[in-house]
Amino acid sequence: MHITAINKIACAFGALALFLFASLGHAAATETPLPVKQIAPGVYVFEGAVALMTSANNGAIANVGFIVGDDAAAVIDTGGSVREGRRLAQAIRSVTDKPVRYVINTHMHPDHVFGNAAFEKAGVTFAGHKNLPRALASHGQNYIDKFRQFLGEALIAEVKIIPPSLLVTGEMSLDLGNRPLTLRAWPTAHTDNDLTVFDNATGVLFAGDLLMLQHIPVVDGSVRGWLSALNALEGIKASQAVPGHGPVVTNWPEAIEDDQRYLSLLARDVRGLVAKGAPISQAASAAQSEKDRWGLFNEYNTRNATAAFAELEWE
Amino acid sequence: MGRLAAGLAVAALLCAPPPVHSQSAEQADQPSEKTWAEIKDNIFNGITLEDGSGLVALETPLRAEDAAIVPVTMRVTLPEGDPRTVKRLTLVIDENPAPLAGVFDIGPSGVTAISTRVRVNSYTYVHAAAELSDGKTYVVKNYVKASGGCSAPASKDETEAAANLGALKFKQFSAPDEASEKTREAQIMIHHPNYSGMQMDQVTRYYIPANFVEELKVWQGDSLVFTMNGAISISEDPNIRFTYIPNGADHFRAEARDTKGRVFKAEWPAEAGAM
Repeated sequence: MHITAINKIACAFGALALFLFASLGHAAATETPLPVKQIAPGVYVFEGAVALMTSANNGAIANVGFIVGDDAAAVIDTGGSVREGRRLAQAIRSVTDKPVRYVINTHMHPDHVFGNAAFEKAGVTFAGHKNLPRALASHGQNYIDKFRQFLGEALIAEVKIIPPSLLVTGEMSLDLGNRPLTLRAWPTAHTDNDLTVFDNATGVLFAGDLLMLQHIPVVDGSVRGWLSALNALEGIKASQAVPGHGPVVTNWPEAIEDDQRYLSLLARDVRGLVAKGAPISQAASAAQSEKDRWGLFNEYNTRNATAAFAELEWE
Repeated sequence: MGRLAAGLAVAALLCAPPPVHSQSAEQADQPSEKTWAEIKDNIFNGITLEDGSGLVALETPLRAEDAAIVPVTMRVTLPEGDPRTVKRLTLVIDENPAPLAGVFDIGPSGVTAISTRVRVNSYTYVHAAAELSDGKTYVVKNYVKASGGCSAPASKDETEAAANLGALKFKQFSAPDEASEKTREAQIMIHHPNYSGMQMDQVTRYYIPANFVEELKVWQGDSLVFTMNGAISISEDPNIRFTYIPNGADHFRAEARDTKGRVFKAEWPAEAGAM
């Protein structure tokens, strides 16, 4: 689409204009608001693709969203590129004039935080788990280096690791103007910096990657911790849940069962391997019965099993 | 182990798996022996290296799922009746910032195989070298596709990692190795982050000092099983699985020392099946 636009401008203004347009106006000319849907009054979500991050999908594989109160809006995760973040900002402006006051990151992973720079300005406070600054400090540069090959230089060049300044230990309430949100920091589960956001007005729970649907759960924290977090998550009286990946669900808490089943099987199979003295190189055989139930199973299952093995062999 | 210290000086970061699996985008790197040609004389003091094919086996995944925990096994299989024994096993990850990953000096307990987990920073040849009692060193290599294993911390739970620092665990496997009825396997594990010295503490803005397990010794009774001299290529929570021949001792003990000079010790009774 933008090729056509560029051609027209090239005809009208010549090569210099083309150069200026391509270098300065590219983003504005090609970015449209992220197609968010309103899932409850004042609660908007964009569902990312169940896929790996690529330059073609702009890294837009995670669910991102925002909640609008009487005074301000809060963004929950910013996506896998600054381009996605800007498109999310456009989506916010398309439904409200209220300023963004908070950007809440549910955890450290690139598909959730790489869009942060799109929201960095005076009056915006970044919030996250108390462990998130440490996690971003230790992993951030690695993510930028690692994802350059998948996202491409143009997208990576814009990414800026922005740690939260508002840190959550236990629970914290944020008010957007007659719109209190409950932020909850979790013990190590999917990562060691998982945070959930509960909208008290509508009962919508943004579960971050503690809930991953259709996309195979990715263990980058603790399989044991995640299983116990799911048990606690189940107790939250939510009207709907927004997973970190996969469709928004209303069958709560039943929706949690897929993750419970996968992680339980993974732990059971890995414990079986450990008990019979198998080496870690055989971890990949764990949870194979789940193969057809998940997207990206081949991409992540062996990693999950290896991580689970390294964790559970200490039991 | 001056070479290990020198390796540390240029060592890159600790290693953590990024959350997204390496995708189909192949790195341009083709297998190359260029680095090996540059480093081998330094690592092996210029001695002639023998082709270890058929004698030394190196087991690695072709493509590592998690570049921060890449399982590696070095195994020496001597012909029946061959009187030679294994003196030293050396693991080299050519393209890592500190290529010399670990040196295992073998005691009189008949170790013929060592498995551990390593960080792999970029597509690389991995070399395993076995020095035998004939004074010769036999080398084999594998190519491993993994990257990013050495560029971020591995801790999935940094708080827990700090709390458990230095905890040792020992496992004895009762199933005999098929190579010999006498041979048993055991595994020594130590909770340690193996910090590289290149990571910044977000709070203090200072780099976390390098700190890794540089020496690990395991004894069967009073008889040394092996001494490992390790560096930052060994994964977080160093984990060594090894074969040995039981000598009748009623206990094992292990002692680890990290680069801060901290010493961690533990002792375990030999299990019946392992004796």
